[in-house]
Amino acid sequence: MAVTVHLSSHVRSYTGGQAKVEADGGTLAEVMVDLERRYPGIRFRLIDEQDRIRAHMNFFVGGVFARDLRHPVRPGDDVFILGSLSGG
Amino acid sequence: MVTAKTAAGSRSARRRRAAARSSAASGRVDLLVATRKGAFVLRGDSQRCDWRIEGPHFLGNETNHLVSDPRDRRTWLLAAKTGHLGPTVFRSTDGGRHWSEARRPPAFPKVPEGQEGPAVDRVFCLTPGAANQPGVWWAGGVPHALFRSEDGGDSWELVRGFSGYLAALREKGPARFFPTPGGAITHSILVDPRDAGHLYVSLSTGGCFETADAGATWRPLNDGVSADFLPDPHPEFGQDPHCVAWSPANPDRLYQQNHCGVYRLDRPGVRWERIGKNIPATVGDIGFSIAVHPRDPDTVWVFPMDGTAVWPRTCPGGRPAMFRSRNGGRRWVRLAKGFPEKQAWFTVFRQAMTCDAQEPVGLYLGTTTGEIWASADEGESWRQVAAHLPHVLSVATLER
Repeated sequence: MAVTVHLSSHVRSYTGGQAKVEADGGTLAEVMVDLERRYPGIRFRLIDEQDRIRAHMNFFVGGVFARDLRHPVRPGDDVFILGSLSGG
Repeated sequence: MVTAKTAAGSRSARRRRAAARSSAASGRVDLLVATRKGAFVLRGDSQRCDWRIEGPHFLGNETNHLVSDPRDRRTWLLAAKTGHLGPTVFRSTDGGRHWSEARRPPAFPKVPEGQEGPAVDRVFCLTPGAANQPGVWWAGGVPHALFRSEDGGDSWELVRGFSGYLAALREKGPARFFPTPGGAITHSILVDPRDAGHLYVSLSTGGCFETADAGATWRPLNDGVSADFLPDPHPEFGQDPHCVAWSPANPDRLYQQNHCGVYRLDRPGVRWERIGKNIPATVGDIGFSIAVHPRDPDTVWVFPMDGTAVWPRTCPGGRPAMFRSRNGGRRWVRLAKGFPEKQAWFTVFRQAMTCDAQEPVGLYLGTTTGEIWASADEGESWRQVAAHLPHVLSVATLER
């Protein structure tokens, strides 16, 4: 199931500068597996080794804030992966 | 403290110089500087006088350690993360011109569903393996963990023997592994040049530990080291070594800048001696970094920080100074020529001071205020060779 993933600038080095890419999956976890297959290295920067979304990254699916990789994703959803307002 | 120029000191210096001539490196020195906002390279001229800044590499990344591989002089490894993204290791095999990311960065194993497992927050330090083990690297993590790579840093595995050992110690003393403000840091990985399976690894807090079988089993090595922040100030483990270094000329001579002073240990002995008590009490022997002469095991440098009252951890009295001992810590000389004489309040972190192997030895330190200071005469005089960099986290040498 294809979804559109919108990426903030933090991880565009992995996508050749693309801000918007396609991926497949019925959950955020599956979308991330597909993103990793297409863009090696990107997943671990966003998801830790215990499958937790990193503290300063925010995921939105169809406009809904998602803090868990089990979050369902429907065909045609827009998935936004954005850096939170943090740091200095 | 004594003055720098005693007759005995001059004789000693002449002997050291004579002994060093045949073994001293001769060439240019580059400095690999890792900062909170990216990495830089300072290219030195043949006199170590003029320095040209290159970079930044990975602007905006918190770069904890940038290290070259002395076994091939081409491979660099860089520990990095950003405020948003997880930790990783970048590799270059052409001296920093091109970079690739580790295929499998240091990470803990995934725990079963429903359990709360650890995650690497940052890779703190990177250490090349022994000369007879090309491709082997070691990495220290935050939180406490040791990782090993056998393919030049492309993929990393947790050293389970160390993690299992620490888990057992936590059962005995859970309150002895406090995280520091920078986290629970694994640092000062020392690989014995005579025996690739013999290592020392240190933890803040936790102490110094030793393995003789490449990480399968461990023992504490903290006898004599104070831990005045614990009810028992002399525990078996739980101390806070800030930086542990050994003499390249004699790996059985170890020095330690600890949260509670400066120490020396001569193996096979196991009891550290506090040598920092010989630094004037008005300065104290608190600090983060320590460096050992490449050819003279008795020569050691520390850069004290203010550890009084609320622990400012800045230059004592606002007067930066290196302290050098030529006799294993029995006497110390204050070396401040070239540093500001007042109102300088920077901090030098544990990986931000180092020395080269030239003759005479060059010393380098990076500050939290983004300055690099260098001495081409074993600390006698200092020059600021870079300013306005981000907060410096580590400085390493690359000798060409």
